[in-house]
Amino acid sequence: MSTRAVTVIRLVQQRSIVVLIALLVALAGLIEVIRPGAVNANWVSNILEFAAPLGILAAGQTLVVITGGIDLSVANVATAAAYIMASQAPYGVTRSIVLGLLVGVAVGLVNGVGVAVFRVQPLIMTLAMGLVVTGSLNVYSQAAIRSVPGVPAVIHTLGSGTVLGYVPVSLFLWALLAVILIVGLRGTGFGRLLYAVGDNLEATRLAGVRGWQVLLANYAACGFLSAVAGLVLSGTVNAADLSLATILLLPSVAAVVIGGTSIFGGSGSYAGTIVGALILTVLNSVLTLLDVNDAVKQVLYGAIIVVLAAAYTRVLGHD
Amino acid sequence: MPRALRRFGWTIAVYALFALLMVTTVVIKPNYGSFEWNTLTLAALPLAFAAAAQTMVVLSGGIDLSIGPLMALANVLALKAMLGHDLNYSLGVALIVLLEVTLAGALNGAIIVITRVPDIVITLATSFIWAGLALLVLAKPTPGIPLDFQNLAQGSTYSLWVPNALLLLLVIPVVWIPLRRSRAGLAIYAVGSDRNAAFRSGVNLGLTRVLAYAVGGFFAACGGLALSMTTGVGSPLAGTYYTLSAVSAIVLGGVSLAGGRGGMLGPVAAAYILSLIPAVLIYLGIDPNYGQMIQGVLIVLVVMIGGLGAVLRRA
Repeated sequence: MSTRAVTVIRLVQQRSIVVLIALLVALAGLIEVIRPGAVNANWVSNILEFAAPLGILAAGQTLVVITGGIDLSVANVATAAAYIMASQAPYGVTRSIVLGLLVGVAVGLVNGVGVAVFRVQPLIMTLAMGLVVTGSLNVYSQAAIRSVPGVPAVIHTLGSGTVLGYVPVSLFLWALLAVILIVGLRGTGFGRLLYAVGDNLEATRLAGVRGWQVLLANYAACGFLSAVAGLVLSGTVNAADLSLATILLLPSVAAVVIGGTSIFGGSGSYAGTIVGALILTVLNSVLTLLDVNDAVKQVLYGAIIVVLAAAYTRVLGHD
Repeated sequence: MPRALRRFGWTIAVYALFALLMVTTVVIKPNYGSFEWNTLTLAALPLAFAAAAQTMVVLSGGIDLSIGPLMALANVLALKAMLGHDLNYSLGVALIVLLEVTLAGALNGAIIVITRVPDIVITLATSFIWAGLALLVLAKPTPGIPLDFQNLAQGSTYSLWVPNALLLLLVIPVVWIPLRRSRAGLAIYAVGSDRNAAFRSGVNLGLTRVLAYAVGGFFAACGGLALSMTTGVGSPLAGTYYTLSAVSAIVLGGVSLAGGRGGMLGPVAAAYILSLIPAVLIYLGIDPNYGQMIQGVLIVLVVMIGGLGAVLRRA
């Protein structure tokens, strides 16, 4: 291999996010080729609006994956938070939003207790809690008399309003959370502890870290972020039904993986996940533009995730 | 004796739990008869196969999150080909469907081995592919599985208390026992418990993992055909419930998610337990919506007790 090729590969390995952004631009270019003039300010605005709930949901997922876990209850939590918020809204909007967020934190704490204190595998713990949340929500929805509750105006504005014509309101919230996460992960002791715990829990324990406290706080944070994502999503689609966020579970994991966070824990970043969420949203837009039916769309979506993950693993030599 | 107890302790506990639940059921519903038992075996049949499929993959150290869609694929392929044909033709179709979905399972394994991307990521992605293919084959739920084929599971040919749906479970030991005793079966356990050690002992890692996924695909196909027999309908979304329920069943059944530990007896009993819970709720006059919640709580409790045991042993 020539020295230049080696240099390029090394550059790619160190700056994988550049490759992801290039891929994102390429996908946007593809849309422009398929349908000239489609990529405009309106399109960008739409993409950001639809990417925001996924991006926030994948934020919680990123935190958990960095510690070497996985959270399969994020979509159930998001749905529950949105449904409870919407059904409680007639008794006070602020109160209902706080209730929705509390649902997320509470489920996150239970997940954390299971994983951190009882050493249950995260996959199982969060899967079972997902069942508990969805089951409880079904019971609750039967008890509440109204059918599908309406979404309060403030949440609707948060999820689908725009400023200056093009900038989605949800983007401000997403950007705020992104700054907190990116700075928090790199620059704070807690953030670095997440990587350490994900890399080697035993070593951090020997170094005097109370790993269980870190994990507990982390799962609670993931629950909170899932609830936020649920609220934003209910505003975007202007409804809160019992299967609101179900379709976002797999993309939330896919965004994290495409974004370069190792599923084994200990490495990765939220910046990567953001690009991952954008890529998945643009991909959806490409498939919609191609005007293929839902079945073909699903097959292509799955196949592209396989190819992306495979290329990524090959190029970056993750193992 | 203590050694056997340690080895089979969990499985015995699962069967004891099942027996306890059955006794409770009979106490709650004194006229519990062969009809109710038949209903339970029908409900548990697809889940038992799904659990067997997940067990195969997890024993080899992987996890397959595409089992539900694989079942749906088998289910709709069967409907599409069987529609309006007789039993012999349907049995031929069933064999071909088994082969096709076994290959799909093997493909899962092959992609994982070749790309070296973690199992959970690949099977998440392929779950979209299999679900999409199922939708391509059949856009919406359609009845029309031949009645004779349905009766393979729905009837009680030998005795009212030994319904066909219970006998069909024999497919699992017929495949599993010879495999378990073969070199390949041993290799699956070895790869699941310590990949490096298995490699250094001369086990072909890639081939073994693909085999585990292929057999998993075979059991998923059995699950899909079981759905065809028990419901009589081909439904592209039928599998959704089974992916995660199968994981629940194997954990309850004592299969370690870390790989290399567990067997088939526990997960099958767990499938019966998970299928019995909603029925018990109905007998008690409780909203069956509590079923999912109770399943979740049961799994949390079981794994927490298991986890606590491990923590205490370490301390």
